[in-house]
Amino acid sequence: MATSSGHTLKAFDDDLDRLRALISEMGGLAEHAIREAMRCLQQRDVEGAAKIVENDAKLDALEVETERRAVQLIALRAPMAGDLRDVVAALKISGVVERIGDYAKNIAKRVPLLETMGNIEPLSLLPEMARIATEMVHDVLTAFVERDADAALRVMERDHAVDDFYDSIFRTLLTHMMEDPQSIGQSAHLLFIAKNIERAGDHATNIAEMVYYAATGQHMTEAQTGKKP
Amino acid sequence: MTLMNEIHAPVPADIDEPPADANRAPKMSARDVSVFYGDKQALNGVSIDIRDDRVTAFIGPSGCGKSTFLRCLNRMNDTIPSARVTGKISLDGQDIYHSNMDVVQLRARVGMVFQKPNPFPKSIYDNVAYGPKIHGLASSKGEMDGIVEKSLKRAGLWDEVKDRLSESGTALSGGQQQRLCIARAIAVDPEVILMDEPCSALDPIATAKIEELIHELRGRYAIAIVTHNMQQAARVSQRTAFFHLGEMVEYGKTSEIFTNPRERRTQDYITGRYG
Repeated sequence: MATSSGHTLKAFDDDLDRLRALISEMGGLAEHAIREAMRCLQQRDVEGAAKIVENDAKLDALEVETERRAVQLIALRAPMAGDLRDVVAALKISGVVERIGDYAKNIAKRVPLLETMGNIEPLSLLPEMARIATEMVHDVLTAFVERDADAALRVMERDHAVDDFYDSIFRTLLTHMMEDPQSIGQSAHLLFIAKNIERAGDHATNIAEMVYYAATGQHMTEAQTGKKP
Repeated sequence: MTLMNEIHAPVPADIDEPPADANRAPKMSARDVSVFYGDKQALNGVSIDIRDDRVTAFIGPSGCGKSTFLRCLNRMNDTIPSARVTGKISLDGQDIYHSNMDVVQLRARVGMVFQKPNPFPKSIYDNVAYGPKIHGLASSKGEMDGIVEKSLKRAGLWDEVKDRLSESGTALSGGQQQRLCIARAIAVDPEVILMDEPCSALDPIATAKIEELIHELRGRYAIAIVTHNMQQAARVSQRTAFFHLGEMVEYGKTSEIFTNPRERRTQDYITGRYG
């Protein structure tokens, strides 16, 4: 349920805004990390990849900062109802976004190992798959900041596309490995990269569930999450 | 039971909620209760049940009617000449505003604890013994001693005052005075205890003791508490009613009111967005 106006105590609003801003900042970094990892992979940019690994520490620090602020807000402001759900969501989301950052880092770490790789087909599919996953992360965090339950639901729907990409890449890489055993090492790395992107998309849907609960006070139904019982 | 069954065993819906006895009628029940002070309507059509197996909290901004409603439950509004109460309030099914209702008896059955501790300027013993004495509840000194001791024990005050029962009640600390007032209310063996901001004049430790006491007394008495302190309502009650401008806007499980209220006005109030 939306609330009508700001708190009587303005500092409370400032605290909540700051928490939301931190989540946005984390989301921006995670998105950028995945996009950069894709670029580095395509252009075999080993130096750029090293930078992604290095920059992950920023995301970790922001997660710590988010937790610190959320705990402080609970202790000092005793948030209730929608505010409480927001703070708990922020606490959980920061952990998930940090994890998404780790996937980007994991992809980046594989770039030097693939430096000599030829242009195989899955390589052209991965950036498109990553584009959808990063858009999901972007849109779901926007939904959180704007407390938009409908936008969160729309993010859920897009996860199927990411999963389809993953299945397709999986099959292609398997064929590739069977045809050319020399490529098994590289193909395995690409498979892990695809899996990392698939996980990032999954995490975006987890965040969507959190956003939906924070905004409405209701948990998504099984039909909405698209999970098979 | 297999491991899978254990994992999928239903989780109790509300940890803090005693299993409800569906067959048990509510101790008190109010239907469409309105209160007028002269021409001014202070309360508008409130309907609610007060049960003896849970604590009911009334919250809302000043002037919302929560204290007015609480005072209807033992006809304390009778003392205000211009006040008029319509609707029906029953105690065990009996209309408390019926002409044959003995108001003194009613107030023995529905006791009240006020915002400011108000012990009589008498000894601790006499404060507790006063009610039982006027209601003729004890036939001997020994019996009265028993009532005083039991009441002070239930109010969690006995150990602190047992060696100085003849000292004045007003010499106690604020928190002790409030527990003395609760002992005084308990002494006549009421069925319902109404508390009107019982902790607003107390420090946090005395407040915690009263809250613990409310927890202990739950189940023995039907308890209704008016509080401005929402955290307190959240801590001590199982049901919460939110009042605003003379209306009861929302009533429900305390855990739900404070995590996911249905009404915008409730949400705005409990999150601190009023005004």
